[in-house]
Amino acid sequence: MTAEPRKSDEDSFVSHFVRNLWSANSVTVTFLSAFLAVVIGAILIVVSDSEVLAKFGYFTARPSDALSSSWELITTAYSDLLKGALGDPAAYSAWFSGSGTWQEALAPISETLTYAAPLVFTGLSVALAFRGGLFNIGAQGQAVLGCITAGVVGFSFGLPIVLNLLVALLAGLLGGALWGFIPGILKARTGAHEVITTIMLNYIASLFLSWLVLQKGVQDPERTDAISKAVAESAQLPSFGGVLRVHLGILLALVATVAVAWLLNRSAFGFELRAVGANPHAAETAGISVAKTYALLMAVAGGLAGLGGAVQVLGTAHALTPAVAGNIGFDGLLVALLGRNKPWSTFFAALLFGALRAGGNRMQTFSGISLELVTVLQALIVIFIAAPALVKAIFRLRASRNLRAGVTLAKG
Amino acid sequence: MSTATVEELTEVAAPEPFWTRQRRLGLGLIIFGGLAAVLFGALAPSETARFTLSDDAQGAALSINGQLGAILFGVLAVAAGGVLFAGLAKQYQNLLLSLGILAFVLSFLCWQVAGKFLPLVDTTSGTLQLALPLILGALAGVLGERSGVVNVAIEGQFLMGAFAGALIGTMAGSVWAGLISAAVGGVIIAAILAVLSIRYLVDQTVVGMVLNLFALGITGFLYERLMQPDAAGFNTPPRLPSWSIPGLADIPVIGPVLFQANLLVWLALILVVVIHFGLSRTRWGLRTRAVGEHPTAADTVGIRVRGLRYLNVLLGGVVAGIGGAYFTLVATGSFTKNMTAGAGFIALAALIFGRYSPFGALGAALFFGFAQKLATYLSAVGSPVPSQFLNMLPYIATIIAVAGLVGRVRAPAADGLPYVKG
Repeated sequence: MTAEPRKSDEDSFVSHFVRNLWSANSVTVTFLSAFLAVVIGAILIVVSDSEVLAKFGYFTARPSDALSSSWELITTAYSDLLKGALGDPAAYSAWFSGSGTWQEALAPISETLTYAAPLVFTGLSVALAFRGGLFNIGAQGQAVLGCITAGVVGFSFGLPIVLNLLVALLAGLLGGALWGFIPGILKARTGAHEVITTIMLNYIASLFLSWLVLQKGVQDPERTDAISKAVAESAQLPSFGGVLRVHLGILLALVATVAVAWLLNRSAFGFELRAVGANPHAAETAGISVAKTYALLMAVAGGLAGLGGAVQVLGTAHALTPAVAGNIGFDGLLVALLGRNKPWSTFFAALLFGALRAGGNRMQTFSGISLELVTVLQALIVIFIAAPALVKAIFRLRASRNLRAGVTLAKG
Repeated sequence: MSTATVEELTEVAAPEPFWTRQRRLGLGLIIFGGLAAVLFGALAPSETARFTLSDDAQGAALSINGQLGAILFGVLAVAAGGVLFAGLAKQYQNLLLSLGILAFVLSFLCWQVAGKFLPLVDTTSGTLQLALPLILGALAGVLGERSGVVNVAIEGQFLMGAFAGALIGTMAGSVWAGLISAAVGGVIIAAILAVLSIRYLVDQTVVGMVLNLFALGITGFLYERLMQPDAAGFNTPPRLPSWSIPGLADIPVIGPVLFQANLLVWLALILVVVIHFGLSRTRWGLRTRAVGEHPTAADTVGIRVRGLRYLNVLLGGVVAGIGGAYFTLVATGSFTKNMTAGAGFIALAALIFGRYSPFGALGAALFFGFAQKLATYLSAVGSPVPSQFLNMLPYIATIIAVAGLVGRVRAPAADGLPYVKG
């Protein structure tokens, strides 16, 4: 935009810039999507509050009552969300004035990064598969398998420090890769659609986990509920301790992002998978083995998701429970869609989701607004981003030359 | 792959490959039947297994020695497999297959029930109850997918249906209001799916998965904000009454299961027939199938492709929403967060396993419902077979089905592809 030939005065440059800003480019669409989601979230907050709703009962008599209390409710909720994600200004000033500790001030950011770390992996997993034309709904199951293998290795062998962690992470990677390889090879050999097989494998994985944690040798002998033995200290991802839960996982996530970006854009395999994703028939004609690419791609994607599960167990949970993987696989799906399947965008999308989650916790505790609002916001943002034509129609955006028709998938 | 030379091409009618579908199935049955006879037979105690014709241990029963039964039915499965493998009785292929599977299941049951009892009425009605949402969900899928719209949002439609049914049912104090709102709840999700995938051409699977998360979030949010603080006001819907048809309800086993049931059971079974008839015999059905297989051709002869797809997806929303009502208005009588717990995906599995046909979906749903019921029964009697593995059955069966290990499942040709006129 700035490279426009400067043929007239500044005024026309500004108007040109504004006009471009108000076109359906991906940055504008992303911001407007988030804006729409936040507005709908605000409506939900008000509608579900009986006190405020009662004030709307006499709206015609005194509209200010209803409006001001709604506004107060919404701003309190969202400011709690922000404070929980980025930190409370009061805590920061307490830190600078010496009356508070830096740990307290940075705790929210630590929470954000803690929640974001596994999402980076699962998001990259989905994004990478997308680029090869595969929709990896199985990131959840692959993450569960990663949790299982990493967790079991983590509490089984008393390997020395560093080595134990590396072996556990590798186990998580391999577990996830195996769970990704199954749909990959089925797709390559028999043409079974990966969407269906991965959905089914998700449930098989979580049922297996819920069986496994109750078995002798896995279950914590001092507990009767479904929880495994704790992962050995030497296999845990190192963290600051105390209120700062953030651990090495976020740095590993950064490394993984670099690796995936390299794999996708610089390696021969990345070229092949992009070719297959763009047009499998053309790729086949050009001499690329589509079947081999599918199998390998799903194994790599599974490995990434498995690492996400491993990071979750070794960094945050430290023991296996039936719900240890939470929703990281499905959230990874949203993260990848939000990041438009580009490695670095996916990384930042995961940070945003981590921030929403961390902020949602504070919002739930302080404003009493259910954490589920965060799920709604996340889903809404992605719905709008996936349908840029909808956002364009709502805001009457100008057409952009590089407008993409949403998330498109090459069907294999 | 293989290069065919000219000489080979001139040969008349290439010989049928040795490993036909029939042979593979036969071999599978022989292996599993043999395993059943040996393994289940060896493990089963030599005690009487009683299959009572009632809700409990009382009354008339079919009894058999557990060990004998396990071996006998195992051998029967082997025999069915043998006939298949030998290539005899080709026209009865499906019958033999069903017989073999049934014998395998009976062998398993003889082992598990030996020394105990299995109430048949309770098992059958439990199977039907568990299958009920699966039937309705799978039918919703049939409607959408046969017209070319993939519906992976059945789970979301269930949740919205269950939630809306509980909320409006309680507020209106009427179960019928609840049932209608459940249908509306399903339609809301279906409408978003339809608009985004048909009008805005977003990938259907992507929209479906995101909608599942959206439904999970919004029902969970409203549950925690409205229902948890005030359960009496928002979350105590009236239950759907159970009706008994005099006369028919007295037939043993089938009577209490089919004719002493709630409206939803009949509705589901009627819908199976209606949708089957509609798809195969009516103008709407022919057009639906045309749009699902070859939309361009359908458009050429003047069928409104998008309009028909909208209609079918919305109808599917009604059916799936009513399926969601099962969870709140029939099964439990209150809504809880994520209460469908993946049932929508089992319904999707039933749809695929049932080869995208209403009766196939019914059969698959009953089979999956039986597996679930058996899982609860086994964990109740303290069986060594973990219930989790039985619960995996629907998912494993579906993977086997789509991978074509046992007869490939073929989706409608234009399933999942948006239609752009041009």
